[in-house]
Amino acid sequence: MANKLINQMALPKSIANIFAARNIITAKDALSLTEFELMELLDVGMAEVTSAMAHISEVVCPPCQTALLLMEQRVRNESLAGHLPTRLKGLDEALCGGIPFGVLTELVGPPGIGKTQFCLKLSLLASLPVNCGGLDGRVIYIDVESKFSSKRLIEIGTKSFPEIFHKKGMAQEMAGRIRILRPTSLSEFAESLQRIKVSLLQQQVKLLIVDSMAALVLGEHDCGASRQQALGWHVSFIKSLAEFSRIPIVLTNQVRSHIGDESLMYSFQAQSRPTKEDNPVTFDSHLVAALGINWAHAVTIRLVLESRSGQRFIKLAKSPMSPPLAFPFNITSSGIVLLDDDGIEMKGPEINTIHCQVKREKLDFGLLVHFSNLFSFTYSKLQPIQ
Amino acid sequence: MEIGMLPISASKRGKLLAAGYTTLHSIARTSPTHLARDIEVSESEALEILNVATRTSTLDRSCGSNTNIIDGGQTAWDMFNEERFSSLITTSCVDLDNILGGGINCKEVTEIGGVPGIGKTQIGIQLAVNVQIPLEYGGLGGKAIYIDTEGSFMVERVLQIAEACIEDMSEYSHHFHKDNQAYGVKMHPNSILENIFYFRVCSYTEQIALVNYLDKFVTEHKDVKIIIIDSVTFHFRQDFDDMALRTRLLGEMSLKLMKLARNFCLAVVMLNQVTTKHIEGSFQLTLALGDSWSHSCTNRIILYWNGNERHAYIDKSPSLKSASAPYSVTSRGIRNSTSSSKRIKMV
Repeated sequence: MANKLINQMALPKSIANIFAARNIITAKDALSLTEFELMELLDVGMAEVTSAMAHISEVVCPPCQTALLLMEQRVRNESLAGHLPTRLKGLDEALCGGIPFGVLTELVGPPGIGKTQFCLKLSLLASLPVNCGGLDGRVIYIDVESKFSSKRLIEIGTKSFPEIFHKKGMAQEMAGRIRILRPTSLSEFAESLQRIKVSLLQQQVKLLIVDSMAALVLGEHDCGASRQQALGWHVSFIKSLAEFSRIPIVLTNQVRSHIGDESLMYSFQAQSRPTKEDNPVTFDSHLVAALGINWAHAVTIRLVLESRSGQRFIKLAKSPMSPPLAFPFNITSSGIVLLDDDGIEMKGPEINTIHCQVKREKLDFGLLVHFSNLFSFTYSKLQPIQ
Repeated sequence: MEIGMLPISASKRGKLLAAGYTTLHSIARTSPTHLARDIEVSESEALEILNVATRTSTLDRSCGSNTNIIDGGQTAWDMFNEERFSSLITTSCVDLDNILGGGINCKEVTEIGGVPGIGKTQIGIQLAVNVQIPLEYGGLGGKAIYIDTEGSFMVERVLQIAEACIEDMSEYSHHFHKDNQAYGVKMHPNSILENIFYFRVCSYTEQIALVNYLDKFVTEHKDVKIIIIDSVTFHFRQDFDDMALRTRLLGEMSLKLMKLARNFCLAVVMLNQVTTKHIEGSFQLTLALGDSWSHSCTNRIILYWNGNERHAYIDKSPSLKSASAPYSVTSRGIRNSTSSSKRIKMV
């Protein structure tokens, strides 16, 4: 829209020629200057500039819809009014049906908590036929850290949907709909996104999973402002992709330890800040999501997976349509299973904190997780079948 | 030189000066044909220049007259009378309405900022619904424009808030008009959704274009009473290498919005994100888009966490006292905070 050519906008000939003469070719060029600057540059009166800009703005402006129209469109065209059910009853209810289409959903949590397991289950759910609650579509799984385990995927499928997977050839069909890409850098990632953009827009792909976004960004060598800018560009791109294609996009994020003892405050709060209480440093406090505050603003839904006293929780940390609930869960052979569908309502900013108190435990499918201290960890998993 | 004040192109200005016209008075005395001949332009252009010149000079001329009335201004007394009847949009939270002097003010630009998840979009959606409360329930009965730059407008949530608002209205009418059955609320949640005009903006160019276009749009839809921009920051935060240009564009955009608010008597609410700033040796939170932007809005409200409660703080306002009030986000929308010690803190 912003790159529309001015000479195709049916402006009066005289002013269109002047724009062209001054090298203002696209609408973006014109709108990136203030009207005063344009008046000086084009050497015309203010009234003419204003009317030309009004005309250009009207052409470039996005179309107007009403909220009612949006809702009706979604109810009519999309399954479950634009949601991918996760089969976790409490979570689906809180999310008004499931993972919403057209927006970014983030899964953040410490390593080994179950983010990849959740993603595997979701990719399976999206590939299932519609009469089984799926989207009957292809899935693109961007696997940055080589964590995708096809053996585990089939296991989840056979245990969760035995009636489908025991039919001949179904496992192959379902697994065949999931395409795994392994970009090694942000630029490769952007390239792959451009390539699949076409198939996204043709409605063949119904789910995009990026596991993990943090590994992709943090792996880049340059850091600081340029990394933030690169991330910003990619985030905008993925968001616009989500919206135009109306598919759910799920991204996973890592955690990092927070250096510093207190959360940031505004200047007017500084006066009323209570005296610093002695906060003993525990092994499990002060984890925050990686990728910064811009990223936190950019995602629409944030699901925090954490572990407290050995019990894992999945929390709705940021969601425009759900109350702040935390659901306890376990990982079984059929994927993630909620232990309580009602959830615990969390008060205040507690919903955003990430805990990592995991006891040494052996889970059903052989995952061994143990944490030695906050800053270093080792874990071993089943190696993905190549 | 007075010629410099005229909003005409630089070349015409140059020609006027070269022909010896340095003051507005000298232009006003000539006729269009003489002017056209002297500065070598067409008669219609000369007429245009004359019109602009006389318009500008009437402002000057009347300064010296006895009546002391300047065209285009308003006395403070007139403004005071107007403001007494000016419209306020409730936020559905009594404490918040109280520190705002009754609600969000029409004719003003209000900026609301906070960390992710504090409830900015929630307040935006609540206001878009509340502006439609009919006059008989104390509302404005207007429509809303919702400009979405981040894609955070979830229709399911709007439906929840709209249904809750209608329920509250029917409860109110049930209490106060028990005898009169005709006061049953006739609104349907779908009609509330229909009165929210939604624009999805994908780049800063589209954002600027839309703000330019709003003048025409609001002229055609005179019952729009609130414009919500969620969020004004998102597209201006990335891919802007030239910060000075960004400041200029933002400044122009905010001037246009202020003009819209004043001319059409509607409220403009801009939602902003936060960033960290290094002040006095430590990192502090502050609203994004820089220092110049913080001058652009009339009122500024910061949403923050105070312990386990959400609070709103009036950071900047020409007429409201600096105060903070608690609020909560429930399944029905923005409501009063549930804690027992609901006291408004005067800072």
